Amino acid sequence: MTFLLQVQAILWKDIRCELRSKQTWISMGLFALLVLVIFNFAFDLRVDNKAAIAPGVLWVAFVFASLLGLGRTIASEQEKGAMDRLMLCPVDRKAIYLAKLLGNILFIVVVEVIALPIFAALFNVPLFAGELLPIVLLGTLGIATIGTLFSAIAAATQARELLLPILVFPLIVPVVIGAVRATGALMVPSINEPPWLGLMMAFDVIFLSVSMLMFEFVIEE
Amino acid sequence: MSAPYLEIKGLKKTYNLKPILRGIDIVLDQGKCMALLGANGAGKTTLLRILACLTKPVAGTVSIGGLDIGQEAQQVRLLVGFVGHQPNLYDELTIIENLLFFGRMYSVKKARERAAALLQQVGLARRSNERVGTLSRGQLQRLSLARALLHSPRLLLLDEPDAGLDDEGIELLEELIREHAEQGGTTLFTTHNFERAVKFSDQICMLSGGRVVYKQATTGLEAGGVRMAYQEALR
Repeated sequence: MTFLLQVQAILWKDIRCELRSKQTWISMGLFALLVLVIFNFAFDLRVDNKAAIAPGVLWVAFVFASLLGLGRTIASEQEKGAMDRLMLCPVDRKAIYLAKLLGNILFIVVVEVIALPIFAALFNVPLFAGELLPIVLLGTLGIATIGTLFSAIAAATQARELLLPILVFPLIVPVVIGAVRATGALMVPSINEPPWLGLMMAFDVIFLSVSMLMFEFVIEE
Repeated sequence: MSAPYLEIKGLKKTYNLKPILRGIDIVLDQGKCMALLGANGAGKTTLLRILACLTKPVAGTVSIGGLDIGQEAQQVRLLVGFVGHQPNLYDELTIIENLLFFGRMYSVKKARERAAALLQQVGLARRSNERVGTLSRGQLQRLSLARALLHSPRLLLLDEPDAGLDDEGIELLEELIREHAEQGGTTLFTTHNFERAVKFSDQICMLSGGRVVYKQATTGLEAGGVRMAYQEALR
């Protein structure tokens, strides 16, 4: 019970700080919109190539916007020395990780909720709301799981903005491929498509377990 | 005779192979206050960070209230209140929100009442709904003291707690340390002010180059004598 209360307290604190500073959401949202608009103008979209291009554009926007936010969550703690304060508390390190992960997922989902209708309008594709939801959630969970763990590693270094993408991109490749292909399969259904959702689910479970276990060692000096 | 509350034996710490602490031995009884003196880089802050379970030693043992900090860090954290160089507060939250947040982290019962009482004590009750980002250095230090005392710790670790405090703040600090001792609490604080070290503490411990070079009870001791001992130790 204490564990969940501590997770809730850290999450509440992060949301409240973000609502007041607006540092993360605004930059993430603007970046996602910028990517969608630029790609919309950059590609010569036709009916026959739309299904091949649109999913990639959508996930490029999500991945890059996510990285902007992921870098901030733990870095903001480190900058003010507040991570020390959190580390001083008799709180399970898994609770800190879980709260940061949930906060990151929430920040990314808010950006996705805003970006998705704009994507649908710009690329003239249906939203597939029901079918797209599990893909977006599993993809977001995968990116946030890895991103939260590695943002803790990167935050301890001076070159965190450079280090975070270098560490995160190679690891999220499987989940991003799964998300892009699963989104593409919604536009052009194929009977030979591998079970992308299953792959993403397996990826999320494995990395969530590993990250929960490793976070304590990553965050301790 | 009171029982030792803090026992440090052969404590060593290195950063990037550079020795910071080279075998520290300190014993501090329950209800007592010790002032740590030493030049910049002597190892005072590192010692306090180890005691606060923020960093791990490479050798030696530390027992706080009978608990080993390496084996029972989570229980030790409940016993320790720490004020560091940074205020370690959230600028975007208000004063009361900060205290309530840390109250939840420490599972403090009746946290709101406890926070209100502490804010009254440190003179920030009227500003409890203002954001921490608007506070001055001295006010931040007062709030940091309130935050450190929130969960009624048995061992108070204060790293230069007088930094940024005005005369009224210094008096408040003295009062808080005295009250803490009256309630059986133990205090270890660092300072560069010899008068304050003698006035506030029962014992003085001087570090130089990561070693204890001088240890003395403050009874009958004067600041001038401590200063001479300090200069002698630095030679």
